[in-house]
Amino acid sequence: MTTIAMGEMEQLRKEADNLKDQITAARKAMQDTTLQEAAASINVVGRVQLKTRKTLRGHLAKIYAMHWSTDSKLCVSASQDGKLIVWDSITTNKVNAIPLKSSWVMTCAYAPSGNLVACGGLDNMCSIYNLKGKDGNVKVMRELAAHTGYLSCCRFLSDSEIITSSGDCTCVLWDIETGTQKTIFAGHQGDCMSLAVSPDFKFFISGACDFTAKLWDIREGTCRQTFGGHESDINAIGFFPNGNAVITGSDDASCKLYDLRADQELITYQDSSIMCGVTSLAPSLSGRLLLAGYDDFNVNIWDTLKAERVGVLAGHDNRVSCIGVSSDGMACCTGSWDSFLKIWN
Amino acid sequence: MSSSSNIVAMKKIVQQLRLEAGVNRVKVSQAAADLQQFCLQHAQHDPLLTGMSSSNNPFRPQKVCSFL
Repeated sequence: MTTIAMGEMEQLRKEADNLKDQITAARKAMQDTTLQEAAASINVVGRVQLKTRKTLRGHLAKIYAMHWSTDSKLCVSASQDGKLIVWDSITTNKVNAIPLKSSWVMTCAYAPSGNLVACGGLDNMCSIYNLKGKDGNVKVMRELAAHTGYLSCCRFLSDSEIITSSGDCTCVLWDIETGTQKTIFAGHQGDCMSLAVSPDFKFFISGACDFTAKLWDIREGTCRQTFGGHESDINAIGFFPNGNAVITGSDDASCKLYDLRADQELITYQDSSIMCGVTSLAPSLSGRLLLAGYDDFNVNIWDTLKAERVGVLAGHDNRVSCIGVSSDGMACCTGSWDSFLKIWN
Repeated sequence: MSSSSNIVAMKKIVQQLRLEAGVNRVKVSQAAADLQQFCLQHAQHDPLLTGMSSSNNPFRPQKVCSFL
């Protein structure tokens, strides 16, 4: 490196450090109280005891992902037995059993319309399937290939757009029709593990192995805010139902709630007795409950305002890898490495 | 040259930090109050929180005898 280049680099580094200090100070200036203090006058919710109402049996290997359809009845699951199964969660019938080209699947998603499902994994691709084809057969409609790392998560914006997150440290907005990348969201310094779209579809959040969560403006293609604090990989992420806060789950055994408008962490959900990583999370309809899946085979239910554990879902014989609350809030679905999905309420 | 690509990368980082530093922020008291209000407003319509009777639970069929 030339002396001039070294000088410029040093200057840029100083500028970066100054800006980081500015951000820390600006966040601190907003701390006129804590969520804990603000919520001191409300009571912890009573013990939440959910029961398994249905067990969805059929996968032959670990389940890695599940996603509810917006109709709150159908859901899709992905397993390393090389299948995507669309289930009727009420009758437990398999509506579709879709064989995959690659069995190393890590994520799946249901389009809001109910017409399409998507999946991907170690094949670095996001495959889109049309459930409503004319001849009744479910076929691959598009293979979205460009990521140079595994596909960790995907979420549809509509039947024509989908967002993916990848082990190549980027997230991408795709045009499904043309199979091309519309926008690449780069900035994370580690594998992107999970993403969630805001209720108004204008933003999405990503959690990564650089221990941060980022808020992205979908149309501008820019990162608006970055949230740190976790001490290990973020595996799971979700929006608080009002769209103004983000919840993350990490290998550091904690979940955190970050408020977007205050631009900072408001509270951490952790307990000294919990020492294993969080794999998945979903808030209840009102946002008051946070259901989080852990490596120790359990789901812990947290009171989001009081940061106290108010329930446990114990029923799986292996890691809970995925969790989802239906759109109407009536049920929670858990998927596990034990090959089963369970519906609870 | 790798040093110029390092500088380009660093410039991007600085540019991003400038963007993030310029975000408008609200006080934690405001943010906390809004979160609480949302939870309390929607509490009654949160089935996992309030629970439901079996007649309202699509996942818990009523045991009914019927002539087939």
